[in-house]
Amino acid sequence: MEVKTQFKATLASALFATTAMASSAMAADCPIKVGVLHSLSGTMAISETTLKDTMLMLVEQQNAKGGVLGCELEAVVVDPASDWPLFAEKARELLTVHEVDVMFGNWTSVSRKSVLPVIEELNGLLFYPVQYEGEESSKNVFYTGAAPNQQAIPATDYFLDELGVEKFALLGTDYVYPRTTNNILESYLKDKGIAEEDIFVNYTPFGHSDWSKIVADVVALGADGKKVGVISTINGDANIGFYKELAAAGISADDIPVVAFSVGEEELSGLDTTNLVGHLAAWNYFMSADTEANAEFISAWHEFIGDEARVTNDPMEAHYIGFNMWVNAVTEAETTDVDAVRAAMWGQEFPNLTGGTAVMGVNHHLAKPVLIGEILEDGQFDIISETDPVPGDAWTDFLPESAVLVSDWKDLECGMYNTETETCVQIGSNY
Amino acid sequence: MIRRIFVAGLLLLTVALSAQAQDRTIQDVLQEHSDAIIKSSRKTIGPAIDAVANSALPEAQDVLQAWQSKDMWVREEDGLFFKAEKLDSKTYALTDFVTGEPAGEVAKDEIDQIKPNSGIRAMLGAALVQFQLNDPDPSLRRDALLAIQRDGEESHLAPLRASIANESDPEIKELKEVTERLLTISFDEDEAARVAAIEGFRGSLSLDTRAALNPIVTTEVVYAEELSANANVKRILRAGSRDLSVDEAYDLMVEAGAVTPQPSVSERKAALESNIVDGSVGGVSVEDLNTQEARDRAYAALADAGLVPAFDPDFDKASVVTGVQFAEVYSEPSAAVASAAEETLKSISRTVGLNQFFDLSLDGLSLASIYFLAAIGLAITFGVMGVINMAHGEFIMMGAYTGYVIQQIIPDYTVSIIVAIPMAFAVTFAAGVAMERLIIRWLYNRPLETLLATFGVSIALQQLAKNIFGTQARPLTSPGWLDGALQFNDVVAISYIRIAIFVLALIFLGIFLFIMKKTRLGLETRAVTQNPRMAASMGINPDKVNMLTFGLGSGIAGIAGVAIGLYAKVTSELGADYIVQSFMTVVVGGVGNIWGTLLGATMIGFLQKGIEWFNPSNTLAAQTYMIIFIIIFIQFRPKGIIALKGRAAGD
Amino acid sequence: MDFIRKNPSLPVFIAGLAIFTLVVTFMSEAYGAGALSTSFVKTLGKTLCLALVAIAMDLVWGYTGILSLGHFAFFGLGGYMIGMWLMYARTKLIVVESMASAALPPTPSEISDAIGTQIFGVVGSSEFPLVWMFAHSFWAQIALVVIVPGILALVFGWLAFRSRVTGVYLSILTQAMTLALSLYLFQNDSGLRGNNGLSGLQNLPGADGISQDYISIWFFWASAFALLITYLIAAFVVSGKFGSVIRGIRDDEARVRFLGYSVEGFKLFVFAMTAVMAAIGGALYYPQAGIINPAEIAPIASIYLAVWVAIGGRGRIYGAVIGAAFVSLVSTYFTGGQAPDIPLGFYTIKWVDWWLVLLGLSFVLVTLFAPKGIGGLFDLITHRMSPKRGGAPLGPDDGSLREQEAEK
Repeated sequence: MEVKTQFKATLASALFATTAMASSAMAADCPIKVGVLHSLSGTMAISETTLKDTMLMLVEQQNAKGGVLGCELEAVVVDPASDWPLFAEKARELLTVHEVDVMFGNWTSVSRKSVLPVIEELNGLLFYPVQYEGEESSKNVFYTGAAPNQQAIPATDYFLDELGVEKFALLGTDYVYPRTTNNILESYLKDKGIAEEDIFVNYTPFGHSDWSKIVADVVALGADGKKVGVISTINGDANIGFYKELAAAGISADDIPVVAFSVGEEELSGLDTTNLVGHLAAWNYFMSADTEANAEFISAWHEFIGDEARVTNDPMEAHYIGFNMWVNAVTEAETTDVDAVRAAMWGQEFPNLTGGTAVMGVNHHLAKPVLIGEILEDGQFDIISETDPVPGDAWTDFLPESAVLVSDWKDLECGMYNTETETCVQIGSNY
Repeated sequence: MIRRIFVAGLLLLTVALSAQAQDRTIQDVLQEHSDAIIKSSRKTIGPAIDAVANSALPEAQDVLQAWQSKDMWVREEDGLFFKAEKLDSKTYALTDFVTGEPAGEVAKDEIDQIKPNSGIRAMLGAALVQFQLNDPDPSLRRDALLAIQRDGEESHLAPLRASIANESDPEIKELKEVTERLLTISFDEDEAARVAAIEGFRGSLSLDTRAALNPIVTTEVVYAEELSANANVKRILRAGSRDLSVDEAYDLMVEAGAVTPQPSVSERKAALESNIVDGSVGGVSVEDLNTQEARDRAYAALADAGLVPAFDPDFDKASVVTGVQFAEVYSEPSAAVASAAEETLKSISRTVGLNQFFDLSLDGLSLASIYFLAAIGLAITFGVMGVINMAHGEFIMMGAYTGYVIQQIIPDYTVSIIVAIPMAFAVTFAAGVAMERLIIRWLYNRPLETLLATFGVSIALQQLAKNIFGTQARPLTSPGWLDGALQFNDVVAISYIRIAIFVLALIFLGIFLFIMKKTRLGLETRAVTQNPRMAASMGINPDKVNMLTFGLGSGIAGIAGVAIGLYAKVTSELGADYIVQSFMTVVVGGVGNIWGTLLGATMIGFLQKGIEWFNPSNTLAAQTYMIIFIIIFIQFRPKGIIALKGRAAGD
Repeated sequence: MDFIRKNPSLPVFIAGLAIFTLVVTFMSEAYGAGALSTSFVKTLGKTLCLALVAIAMDLVWGYTGILSLGHFAFFGLGGYMIGMWLMYARTKLIVVESMASAALPPTPSEISDAIGTQIFGVVGSSEFPLVWMFAHSFWAQIALVVIVPGILALVFGWLAFRSRVTGVYLSILTQAMTLALSLYLFQNDSGLRGNNGLSGLQNLPGADGISQDYISIWFFWASAFALLITYLIAAFVVSGKFGSVIRGIRDDEARVRFLGYSVEGFKLFVFAMTAVMAAIGGALYYPQAGIINPAEIAPIASIYLAVWVAIGGRGRIYGAVIGAAFVSLVSTYFTGGQAPDIPLGFYTIKWVDWWLVLLGLSFVLVTLFAPKGIGGLFDLITHRMSPKRGGAPLGPDDGSLREQEAEK
């Protein structure tokens, strides 16, 4: 391997020192390498380890079907240890040392922002499986999780139309996803005629556990006779304390409904849900979806992980769709060359586990249906609302600065195109 | 009067209709609205619910209740609605709504569940009120009252009033009376009755009261020149006062069309762009338009030419709004009702303020007790022995995981907690003793290095916990009798689990004091702390004393872990969240003194809640400022609140 | 020559560093055989910066006896200061380029607004906070790299030393400082993009055409040079009279005070000087890492710093360098997934899972059995033996060296 790297490096520096070299990974290279960039230690391991296992399962399944382009797939797993700079380092290592053809990875936005410059420089390919705040469309990233208009906005509409909520508490963990999402929601709610004083916003640190004051504040919001609803972007472990406090305060979902964007089956397995029945979550996938494909996926997962109690969740489905789309795109393009695969990815279709078909847009976001589920006693969700597929919107329409921006990598060849001035603001991404 | 006649006519019509459709079954009614029911959206479901509720069929209540509890299913082959009961995961037993007879068993994939969302369920609840208010089942009567409190309607008032007289249960009767008064405030047409009902709620802390009163006193600021004659004006406002800024006033005038707004920066820019002629605008060449000043000049030239609306750079909003009247207007038309509501709310708000302060104090106390519980073990190992145990947090975590493991073995939550507490103590005691024997005793004269060694233990233990229990949070569930909260009123409440933690903290304070002051071990510990050599020469074995003290401190950490796990979460990072806070508690309080730790915890707990109160939208800021406060505090009292004096202080 | 005689390790270190730099250069992708990947060159460059901050830590702890658990706060601040300029300048180039095609040439305020939107759009804001006042100027931010951490260290140190906070209390206090700073930066309101931090720092403004292969080597050289200078300064500081005084403070603060030295002044000077060193290290580190965010200055980072110094051998400058380099490189190796699993038959040891356990236990073992750390091995070679003191410590203070650690 050393000799190969050496040869390539001399070639690269001789020819074009500036351009990246990852694009030279051609179909002939067997095995095809799939990089898995998920934290296996540190704070994010709680969520990301599952995704690493999902990827290993998907690769194994694909190999059983005969691989891709006649090649075996080989998963290269690295551990960025929840350390954001390490994500950039590991991504570079995957692309230049292991020479992977595609990467699946990241959970937090900050880790994605850390990786962006590296994959844009080296022209890598990343599939990002988690719901996120939008305001980004990188040439080298396919976003298989939900953009705000595929999760936050439909959930807010549900609150407004179906539950008649008139006063909103936006509770979030203090980091970029809740901040941006709440920002978008605030301006969306104002558009919908909700007064500024009817929107209560609160941010708490990661892993926050002392929720009594905040829950009391939320209850007190009801004093002016308006129906209160909570939109929660609280992340990870902190949810456990929050829901325990909600349950202790005797707040039923009929009085003050809570819709969460970061609470799925995995998070609920950490607590007793009897007192939380009826609270909501919005995702593009729930484990309880009643389809054959889903039943198959779940049983394959249980068999792979060797534990019947393990749950499946939305980011896992995102990887499932992303991986299969990539396989199909590679088969169509007959090469793993990044630019060819990207072109084949646009318009790529693959069936969702929840029914219907996901379509990859030219803005690198998926069109997927939005599901809203009510928490059940067994920690699963009862799907009570399902929309038609919503195309993911890279730039939100509800913030003035981004309303004028669109992303179209096919025709405009730009991820940040200003429709007002009709110019491409930049080809690279903001990070 | 006209309205009454109309209502009467409508009633007649309904009766006539239902009479006409005498042979119509409830299934027919459901079929008529089949689409809306299956679509199940709050926006379109209204007519369907009304049709069932007003069908005057005896089955209506049963249908609505089944619908509400998600027991209504639709058969795919013929679209008929049934009540279905689950037999096993694949088969369901159907019941006919009309006859109430079983209608066979079907496989699950032949029927679809109707899933009303909670908005629709609330509407169903409101529709059920008329049936349930006089239902023999008291819990259904309570449900009906709850439904009224959530979504009261004008139509509820009459049946509610009628049902009060026949109510046998005194508690429900009282509830009905209160609910009736609340409905009176919102919906009665008689002004005097409303005022009386409002005044009856003076000083009431109930959230529902405030929810009924506040909408009455909502006001809107308007441009007063076009005020209608019968508007219920609260007061006249002038622009530039505290309640109405110049900008707001100006915006109101623009909205009312009383003034034409000045073109904004972006509008002017757009105007410039659309008036580019031969590379120049208004005589200024485009390249020079890279300052605002040049752009203003070009715009002025355009305005002079009459191409764009005029823009006055010296325009002053204040001059426009001065002297103009603005008014704050109630949305409630009746002045008497509004002023009664204002009066009552004023009396309420004073009590609410007081109670909020009380509630905040309870929260502070609860947080203090959690910090105290987390720090008390550290106060022993760090304070009394001068050993810095960075692995203290991991001992807390071990305690929590012990609780989790015990709950896996013993399913009964009460018993498992009773077993878990001593087990957690035993496990962490053993771990503490082992660590003291293996590591710490070699480092007694190198306190800073204990910090490093125990830090090593800490990261090893954390990773071990991850390897054993996985990275997911594990459930540690409190027994049923600790569920819920002690509700003093609608403002002041504290969850039982927090009370339990508070009591636990008090118990440990007691135990600690008892051990230190009344037992041989305590005496020996204090002796060894003050002067190990002298103590040794008095026949005390310092090794043994140190070992036991360290074990004790660790054991208490384990119990704290169970408590913290019950109210928050059990993860491998649980301990790391508390370690710095615990150190601060001990240091702020004063090392080597349990009262100091208590004071430190109290101070930090109350301080944090106090800062949170000032800045409710940012809990992170509260933590930041608290730490900064502690840093400054230590500058002035380097040895903590209670500083040891003399020889015991060690310097 | 007297200087070198007092620091026999100096020529060895300089030669070692020079050889190392040359070897890396000639094996890099940019200037040589390409045997070392660019990501590894970056790792090495970052390791040099960590070695630099470890020297600062050794000065403050190993020589002066102040166990600071907050030096990564200064390291991070240095990174933030340089990061602000890097982000601003890079974004400005993009903005100016994209605005060039607009109908009207942009006004300065439009440019600055557009930069603000680009930088803060991610965190849902578009206004420049006050702290970005000098971000447009490279030299001002470079000066701030030194000034901001320096002033923070001066103020904090002055407050702490003045009220004679020592030993463990000071450690906890420094830990509180770094915790407060990281919590503060976590807030979006602080104006430094909260949890997202500053990213894309590896892309130098105006260097779009230059491959990271080259930039990584340049930063590697800069880091090596900074490390060399720091080493020289540290060696100079500890070898003179000043060095004797600070070692005296470490071993028995009260006696030095009675001898008429201004203990607080010396401590403050060392504390602030090392803070500046750390900040320079950070300013070189983060452009190589590419992103800085508040998690970087969480208390645990500073504890690791102390551990590196302890493992390397405190109280000797080369010990700090060795400790930092050794631990961080071994860490990279084990977390990289390259380390082979060890099958035990009934259980397979995966290093990703067990590496931290091993690391933790090795801290314990080093503290217990090798208080001199790795640096102690050199004593075996040079046959330097510790004096026999019959178990008496060199000094009563918490930070003083113990018998086994003392040099002749």
